[in-house]
Amino acid sequence: MAAEHLAQVNIATLRAPLDGPELAGFVAELEPINAMADASPGFVWRLQTEDGDATAIRPYDDDRIMVNLSVWESFETLRGFVYSTRHLEVMRHRRAWFSRMADPYLALWWVPAGTIPTVAEARRRLELLASRGPGPDAFTFRSPFPRSARR
Amino acid sequence: MRPFSFLGIAAIGSTLVGMDKLPTDRDLIAIGLLQDPVRRALYRHVVAAGGEVSRNQAAEAAGVARSLAAFHLDKLVEAGLLEASFRRLGDRRGPGAGRPSKLYRRAAGEVAATFPPRTYEAAAQLLAEAVEQAGADPELQAVARRAGADAGRRITAEAEAEAPAGTAPAPAIERVLAARGYEPYRDGDALRLRNCPFATLSAEYPVLVCAMNLSLLEGLLEGLGDAPERAVMDPAPGRCCVAVLSKNNLN
Repeated sequence: MAAEHLAQVNIATLRAPLDGPELAGFVAELEPINAMADASPGFVWRLQTEDGDATAIRPYDDDRIMVNLSVWESFETLRGFVYSTRHLEVMRHRRAWFSRMADPYLALWWVPAGTIPTVAEARRRLELLASRGPGPDAFTFRSPFPRSARR
Repeated sequence: MRPFSFLGIAAIGSTLVGMDKLPTDRDLIAIGLLQDPVRRALYRHVVAAGGEVSRNQAAEAAGVARSLAAFHLDKLVEAGLLEASFRRLGDRRGPGAGRPSKLYRRAAGEVAATFPPRTYEAAAQLLAEAVEQAGADPELQAVARRAGADAGRRITAEAEAEAPAGTAPAPAIERVLAARGYEPYRDGDALRLRNCPFATLSAEYPVLVCAMNLSLLEGLLEGLGDAPERAVMDPAPGRCCVAVLSKNNLN
């Protein structure tokens, strides 16, 4: 097992309340897609409340912003889940559900295996990516950095 | 520190590496190799097989001796058009299992050359980034759907023009996809696509480009008078993200 795991955070701004008709398609996909993630090769952990609700966590002043935070064994396993499963079909509809996000809306970074990132840490990584661009401490799918590059 | 490459594609997003990719000597040598009809037959056989092909299989398909096939196959590997690996065929292990066979499959990289030099990929990357930042996925999908439908109607009209009115059915989607480079193959009831014509771009902008591709194929089906809902997103590593279901499988 690798000594470092990959953490990912992405944020998304809801266009409408979760219990309204606009988001019904998204809400219907939550359970099956989360279950698929949990069973995916390389999945380690994902942020959720005690009663298993990942959508209730709204740490930003703008409470329409949801946070998706997870840890995976490798870059390849996370990428495989995001882009090579039914998750891709769901993401096709992202603009119907979420407002256009300020860049960046996604950040990746390496964590020591066994550690769980906090929401505050995830926000810091997004800010780091925004201010410095992709680097070993915060990067993206398009500009990945290998484990050994972490300082 | 340089970003590392993924799937053999240089990470381009932030660095715009590859913006100025002009035909290299390697590209030209590879294309020149395919001028030979035997090599072309061997290359096409390996590509169509979709997986690993032995020297014997390729020789038989091209109708040449095994030693000649081996010579040409290795030339194609040298040029970067094919990749080779060694593996024992069959279940036998240990002494008597025989030597491992040399197996060939299509190389992951691309070979391309245009004269005068044209770098449409660089333009496509900038346009994709702009669409992504503008959040214009729905507009892109609508454009692709219309373009696919227009192409499908044009193909249907051309088929009708070649035959007396009413006698020619619209070309089947399988033929149309093959002509557009998707390399369709049957998998049970479904038609899957071995090649992504937008591979470099879709590796960088998967959501944007795969959704565009799905809309394009929905439109193509519509223009051919077929059912657009036969095209579905069905991503898996190593093939196009879209599959075409059989009519019987539509619920």
